[in-house]
Amino acid sequence: MMELTSFDKSLLNILQGSLPVCSHPFAAIGEQLGTDEQTVLERVRALKEKGCLRRIGTFFDSTKLGYEGTLVALQVDPDQMQDVAEAVNQYPGVTHNYEREGKYNLWFTLMTPAKSKEHEILTEVRSLPGVADLLNLKAQKKYKINVQFKLH
Amino acid sequence: MSKDVLTPTEKAVVKALQGDFPLVPDPYQRLADEAGITKEEFLACVKEMQEHHKIRKMGAVLAHRNVGFKSNVLIAWAVPPERLDEVARKMAESSSVSHCYDRNTAPDWPYNLYTMVHGQTREECEQIAEKLAEETDVHDRQMLFTKKEWKKQSMKYFKEQ
Repeated sequence: MMELTSFDKSLLNILQGSLPVCSHPFAAIGEQLGTDEQTVLERVRALKEKGCLRRIGTFFDSTKLGYEGTLVALQVDPDQMQDVAEAVNQYPGVTHNYEREGKYNLWFTLMTPAKSKEHEILTEVRSLPGVADLLNLKAQKKYKINVQFKLH
Repeated sequence: MSKDVLTPTEKAVVKALQGDFPLVPDPYQRLADEAGITKEEFLACVKEMQEHHKIRKMGAVLAHRNVGFKSNVLIAWAVPPERLDEVARKMAESSSVSHCYDRNTAPDWPYNLYTMVHGQTREECEQIAEKLAEETDVHDRQMLFTKKEWKKQSMKYFKEQ
């Protein structure tokens, strides 16, 4: 882990909040921090290179883009975990796939442009060798979807 | 279904924006070029998509492990249905909780609320969970600690089109 300076922390807190939507957004951030565009850009690139930033980008509301999302829990024979995990990874709509502790030991998120596609994929996954059970855990309501951490 | 939701311009903007944000002085010019529209059109479209909450957020996601949050756990809670809304709101307020979703249950899986909790260590995650349990008086939970990350990437929309 790299040591973050107080400038880095302020910069990361701003970057996590919202990128300005204007010409020269990094100059706008520089103004907030009392520095210039070049300094901000250099520091952001350095933080990214050092692995502090997973991603700088845009996060969409997938439902409003016409996509269906769900969380799926699988009960997988531990001996066949790798084959199942790799088969699940093949689907482009799978964005997160984690092996977890507990009876249901493989959890993945799936996004599809239509419910019929979701059904098709889950039917295939359910029939993979080593999959003993599948739970399709649809979100009813999202109370918080904010991956933001205030750095002090 | 998806073809009715967005205008062709919006779709071009989504395609341009869904990669990594360009770390250059005038990033929106580059993105607008990719989308085949002017920068003014691009900025106007982004602002409109933000107003309509089609864009949730533009900004950075930290690599939690590298900034000190070395442990995280997905906690599934079994909340009495009549208390679900109240408990979910309370848990969502915690700064240690990054995600809080209410999800459907299954016959042998009574857990209806999911929180993602981040801490410095596994022990800290357990302490946070215990605190959330006490504050909400919900004690039936599954601590789904990560054993292995098999895949983690951002969604690529309209890839098929």
